[in-house]
Amino acid sequence: MKIWQCIVCGFVYDEAKGLPEDGIAAGTRWDDIPADWACPDCGVAKADFEMAEVVAA
Amino acid sequence: MHPIVILGSGLAGYTLARELRKLDTAVPLVMVSRDDASFYSKPMLSNALAAGRSAAQLAGSSAAQMSAQLSTRILAHTEVREIDIAARTVQAGNESITYAKLVLALGADPISLPLEGDAAGEVIRVNDLADYARFRTAIEGRKRIALLGAGLIGCEFANDLAAAGYAVEVIDPAPRPLGRLLPEAAGNRLRAALEDLGIGFHLGRTARALTRAGAGLRLELSDGSVIETDAVLSAIGLKPRTGLAVHAGIRVNRGIVTDRRLATSAADVYALGDCAEVDGQLLPFVMPIMHAARALAQTLAGTPTQVSYPAMPVVVKTPALPAVVCPPPAVAGGWRVESDDAGIDARYEDDRGRLRGFALLGAATARKNALAQRLPPVLQ
Repeated sequence: MKIWQCIVCGFVYDEAKGLPEDGIAAGTRWDDIPADWACPDCGVAKADFEMAEVVAA
Repeated sequence: MHPIVILGSGLAGYTLARELRKLDTAVPLVMVSRDDASFYSKPMLSNALAAGRSAAQLAGSSAAQMSAQLSTRILAHTEVREIDIAARTVQAGNESITYAKLVLALGADPISLPLEGDAAGEVIRVNDLADYARFRTAIEGRKRIALLGAGLIGCEFANDLAAAGYAVEVIDPAPRPLGRLLPEAAGNRLRAALEDLGIGFHLGRTARALTRAGAGLRLELSDGSVIETDAVLSAIGLKPRTGLAVHAGIRVNRGIVTDRRLATSAADVYALGDCAEVDGQLLPFVMPIMHAARALAQTLAGTPTQVSYPAMPVVVKTPALPAVVCPPPAVAGGWRVESDDAGIDARYEDDRGRLRGFALLGAATARKNALAQRLPPVLQ
């Protein structure tokens, strides 16, 4: 499981936790998030900005 | 063919360039930047310290990389001296560039509080990546920081500095942190969470004078009290950069005035981001920039498009007690506040019982998207 950070706004996506409130189950890998997903904090599309990996577990 | 010229390489300028390139890969594009034009995340500047991130680590792509990625000519370290809306030129450094369309993405300057004293010039402001680098150098090996401003950026810096081991004292004329964004109970809770990190609050007061005291500094407040400190950081708000527009005869109010197509009063001149007052609103946050950039890209690519803003929650990155705010418009109504050990859920309802804004703290922040979807759009 990895932790990713949006390079525009700093939003952190933790694969282990997922985003249950946005319908993304805990344990969902970044690669498996749909291409039309947008950063919940800044609206940047997944396709526009790869999230930068910040911690490798 | 004359280029589309974008003045500014911040989030607004780069997002517009990226959105435009999705629609039109051929139109010539020129960007002019006062700094080195590297792409970075401005929202991270106020929460990068505790994570141990240097300015170099925050810089994402260099100007050369962005130039290649966006097929754009980028003039870095170049000051724009003048815009001539009749001749349709900008004077950038020593070069005069004729534009087909011009976009002002100039950003905003930090507001400075007038201070007395021989060290008034020592106040640090962090408004861009170069500022952040200077800030890191200035506080290296220091212990005590006085922070002017308990608004959104002030609270983020306070939390970040405290988490990095600094002794932080926060000064603000408001009675509570995030005074304009949070109802009283939520402001008090945030204050308590930040105080638990050791942060001291000096509220209902302003800074009056900053003088040298040995190796340190002495900050005197409006009530005569004194804070001994090593550095002073100011985060009391932003003022749109309007000077170039004023000088060019472009209409300016609080920001550069635009309609919903982001068009200014001058033909083929547009504005977006922190410098722009779009349909009467100044919204210096990331989400409105994204929406405005997408609409303007459409317009510049030949499809005139008005910007629409949904309700846009603003995240306050205070790990001690995370917050999300969606401030209500100026309508009659009141806050309905629910509080438990895990956080606060405050909802602003108008006189007809409709949800118009909210403030969420702690665990309640998970509800931000569900609540935002129930709010009317800011600009439909």
